[in-house]
Amino acid sequence: MLARQLTVEELASEITDGSKVALPPDYAYCSLTTVREVIRQHKRGLHLVGVPSLGFQADMLIGAGCVSTVETAAVTLSEYGLAPRFTAAVKSGAITMMDATCPAIHAALQASEKGIPFIPLRGLIGSDILKNRKDWKVGNNPFASDKDDPIVFLPALKPDIALIHAPIGDKYGNVWVGVRREQMLMAHAASKTYVTVEEIVEGNIMDDLQLKAATIPGIYVNAIAEAKNGAWPIGIPGGYDPDHQHLKGYLELAQTEEGFDQYLKEHVYVTKAEAAE
Amino acid sequence: MSPVLLEEILINAIAKNLDGLGHVAVGASSPIPGAAALLARSRSNGGMRVSILGSEDNNFFSDGGKEIFDIAGQGRMDAFFLSGAQIDGKANVNLVAVGDYNQPKARFPGSFGSGYLYFVVPRVILFRLEHTPRTLVKEVDFISAPGFSDDNVYRPGGPYKLITDRCLFHVNKQKKCFELESIHPGHGVDEIFEQTGFEFLLPEDEVPETETPDEATLKVIRGEVAREISEIYPSFASRVFGVK
Repeated sequence: MLARQLTVEELASEITDGSKVALPPDYAYCSLTTVREVIRQHKRGLHLVGVPSLGFQADMLIGAGCVSTVETAAVTLSEYGLAPRFTAAVKSGAITMMDATCPAIHAALQASEKGIPFIPLRGLIGSDILKNRKDWKVGNNPFASDKDDPIVFLPALKPDIALIHAPIGDKYGNVWVGVRREQMLMAHAASKTYVTVEEIVEGNIMDDLQLKAATIPGIYVNAIAEAKNGAWPIGIPGGYDPDHQHLKGYLELAQTEEGFDQYLKEHVYVTKAEAAE
Repeated sequence: MSPVLLEEILINAIAKNLDGLGHVAVGASSPIPGAAALLARSRSNGGMRVSILGSEDNNFFSDGGKEIFDIAGQGRMDAFFLSGAQIDGKANVNLVAVGDYNQPKARFPGSFGSGYLYFVVPRVILFRLEHTPRTLVKEVDFISAPGFSDDNVYRPGGPYKLITDRCLFHVNKQKKCFELESIHPGHGVDEIFEQTGFEFLLPEDEVPETETPDEATLKVIRGEVAREISEIYPSFASRVFGVK
């Protein structure tokens, strides 16, 4: 079956207001091109899920007012510094935080992947992460009925949308993610998966067994769009490096709301420049 | 040889706590723990695996972001490093916020894997290069991961040492607190008391000075360790070791 091939604009338009959107961390494959389009389309009320943490995508979406809730183990711009629009939004109460720990996000997505209602996880007991997550419960290990063995139960986490980028895809919607297998987990767990790829290649990726082992099958992929340099400015591992100058510039501007607005004006609200990238 | 740097003393002191282990994992933004792990590996006669988050040369995981946690949950990770915006006398770690959680005075990235790894990794080495009453506090404002748990809680892991820019503490598991183990050259006990916001135990005898690495160790640190760590932390390797 052939995949739906969309433009980035069309793809972003299917991310509706209020959606729960799972995003990978900066060191995986992030669809920055779609993030910019989401900002241009003035989406509102998004619930971001970091798998397991978030970076520039989240900072930009939060700064642009697209986000109401952030569920993640961290929002980090790594060596560039604290994520400025995220920090400001938490301090002002503009977003609701659902702090987690990395394996809790992975495990809850795995529950969704398996179609089961919850999954247990060790750790967390006695932390303020747990205290602030009213949706998580502590129960007793049902297989240790003769002894007291408290364990945390996490409800399955089913994002409405997984939004990822990848080096290559094909016309059947198969998407090669290589070693970034959390993107496979995201696709398995989410209701819908939208993918941008550097290149839509000829033929069927699944015909090459070495590639197949690291490929999201088209059955999970709702639409695919070709977007050369779609991860700019954060780069993709094994592809192109982060644009350090640009990212440093972002960090400086995004310290204030005015500076961030200037960044949007110069780098996001410029549809034609984006197309020419 | 040029004078020994604080970084080299820390790398040496941490490595001594890793010798003999099978798998040491290092998280993000941790050049000194990373270098310490590489030093311990270099003298392990091939007995130690090191995985460094963010590294391509030293990262053997192939099953996505979850694998490092699954491996730890199974007991296949012997040591890990955690830091904190705040660390308190009960070894609680705060990576989230200062002040009220819902209206924080300061907000940090978040807990990452701490809320899990602190429970399951046998030797968690706490690492904080700013040893002041602001960072080593009486009580953290947010517990990303608790230092100790009630007896009924599954807890094969937990805090092992706390190393700062002034001294090294070890964890007294019976009394659930820190005990001063050694003081880095150039620092003193009075200063440690002044700069630490929590109470800690002193050893019965005089507090020893943290060992300075011997010449053979320094050579390894400044040679192969410096070269390897520059793959992930080029600016650290260039500043400390002059690796270009």
